[in-house]
Amino acid sequence: MSVMPPVPVPSLRTSPTLLEISADNWRLASLVGVVVSALAVAALPADVAFWIVGVMVALVAAAFVVNAYRRRYYGGLLVSPAIAVLFAMNIFPLLWSLGLSFFAYQSNRQSIWFVGLNNYIKVLTNDIAAADNWHALINTGMFVVLTVSAQMTVGFMLAMLFAKQFPLRKYLLILVLTPMMLSVVASGVFFTYYYDPTFGVLSYVINSIAGGQFILMDSKAGAVAGIVFADAWMWSPFVMLLVLAGLVSVPKYLYEAAAIDRVSAWRRFWTITFPYIRGLLMLALLFRTIEAFKLADLVILLTKGGNDTMTISYHLIRIANEQNKTSEGAAISYIMLFMVIVLTNLYLYLANRRTRES
Amino acid sequence: MAADTSIWQRIGFHRSFGVAEAGWGRTLAVAGVSFVYFLPVLFIIFTAIKPQALALSVPPTLSPTSLFGLIPDQFVFTPTLENFSSVFSRVMTGGGQPEPTGFDRFFFNSIVIASASVLLALVLGTLAAYGFSRYPLKGNDTYLFIILTTRMLPAIVVIIPVILMFRAVGLSGSYLGIILLYTAFNLAFTIWMMKSFFDELSTDVEDAARIDGSSGTRVFFRICLPQVVAGLAATFVFGLILTWNEFLFALLVTGPDTRTVPVAMNQAVSSGGRGTDWTLLAAIETLFLIPVFLVTFFLQEHLLRGVTFGTVRK
Repeated sequence: MSVMPPVPVPSLRTSPTLLEISADNWRLASLVGVVVSALAVAALPADVAFWIVGVMVALVAAAFVVNAYRRRYYGGLLVSPAIAVLFAMNIFPLLWSLGLSFFAYQSNRQSIWFVGLNNYIKVLTNDIAAADNWHALINTGMFVVLTVSAQMTVGFMLAMLFAKQFPLRKYLLILVLTPMMLSVVASGVFFTYYYDPTFGVLSYVINSIAGGQFILMDSKAGAVAGIVFADAWMWSPFVMLLVLAGLVSVPKYLYEAAAIDRVSAWRRFWTITFPYIRGLLMLALLFRTIEAFKLADLVILLTKGGNDTMTISYHLIRIANEQNKTSEGAAISYIMLFMVIVLTNLYLYLANRRTRES
Repeated sequence: MAADTSIWQRIGFHRSFGVAEAGWGRTLAVAGVSFVYFLPVLFIIFTAIKPQALALSVPPTLSPTSLFGLIPDQFVFTPTLENFSSVFSRVMTGGGQPEPTGFDRFFFNSIVIASASVLLALVLGTLAAYGFSRYPLKGNDTYLFIILTTRMLPAIVVIIPVILMFRAVGLSGSYLGIILLYTAFNLAFTIWMMKSFFDELSTDVEDAARIDGSSGTRVFFRICLPQVVAGLAATFVFGLILTWNEFLFALLVTGPDTRTVPVAMNQAVSSGGRGTDWTLLAAIETLFLIPVFLVTFFLQEHLLRGVTFGTVRK
């Protein structure tokens, strides 16, 4: 890990006292901010109060920034703009929907009342609703395992193919990267065409070889295979690019040394190559798993959830968007979030343990 | 050249042991794999230049040329550019005049929104990643994990509060709103990715520069940033690709003036109740692919140059 550099540190300023007027007095700024905001919300019309609260938030933020700069909290200073955007656009809405999951609320009705954990109990144990939820969840688990392992395998193999320098490499690489650049709408719709029993290319090929009518989407296995194939085709290049970035960063002299020592290919891979791509493999695995849990668009386009291919994400869209059961949807998604968090923590724990061992 | 080199080795078919460059033999093998991998895309591009009547023909028409008689005539179609012009203006109602579809505006929107948000995320995310990597805060890993969780929930859950919030602030249907939303959408990946690149760098050079009296800003711009150009390029490409094709946020947050191509594409091909207009969809997708394809192609050099340029690694 990075060691803090032994820079001669000039004596730090002392913190200003509570009532001192100073640009870095964040305590005073927060106090003024809270008091003025509370007064504005209580006394002024909502649209005016809204902007006053906004100005106060900016004031407090400015005081914190000046304070961090003068006291050399560079870490905080560097991460704060990103955190601010994430907070406004993601974390705040997340907390909002977490709150909603404890209320009975439907987006097409005005009424809203507190029900505590009832939404969670309902989606987990209700006779009618829970069975669908569990089923969709099991399907999602199956899709996560299948798509992620397919993507990691294909992506890794593609990366190994491209790892060495050879003529025309950049032109061939861009061909392999293109599937990732397609819009899911277009590629999903075109996969319905490829799989189509009457017009499709796949059926045409199989029909003319084997004879008879071939319908891929007829059975659950076929439908799952179709979805997994399309998803793996689109996203293997993502894994490939990450792994490749690691592979090309391995210093050549290590391989030269290994060649002189006549190290076997297997050992060369595990002792030289693997340490360089481990971090990026982990990152690819992490992000593909998270995305696989959210698999919905391809299912909507290819099977509309038929043939027992309903995933929890698609189920959620139906509940929250089509049936307007906002708070029930929020409850399901937090159960899902909990599972993803457990899984990713497990990944990160295993990865960190491997790093410590080596 | 040694005397025992065969003719195969002379034209490039030599076995390499991880040190030398692979030759044309590797090119041939990889070309085969790449071509098969590219086939579904090629089919979409060919559909874009097919006459509309042939879109669903049985047997499927596969190629605009017969490749000197290699491909039987039943699979060959005569290419046309009609579909591309009908992306921008076409007859909407039976027997009417061609009307502009507004797709020039949608393409402009997609370019502005995607590039602005990815660049913004790259600037904010790189600063944050540098902070997380070099000046760890108390509970650093917790912050990083919270940032990661913002990517875990399905968009549908976040979107309802976001819509309400945007209406209250007047951001719905504006460029600023969707750009900020996409910036946040990209930040998690940008921060994690850039942090992994910064972590890989050796801190020896930085520490030496600091001891010699370089300021923190100078160390960042002169020493750290040049070493992670590959990482910046990779992150930019990934962010661009994900943002470029994002559908759900764009569907619910953009207005008629700020609509992006994926949303417009979905409406264009499924409107009118006649089922999918295959050639139109293929033409839109082909045009839509070009910008992101070119950006990826030109950044590829950086993508593959590797993380370090011969500097010391840990």
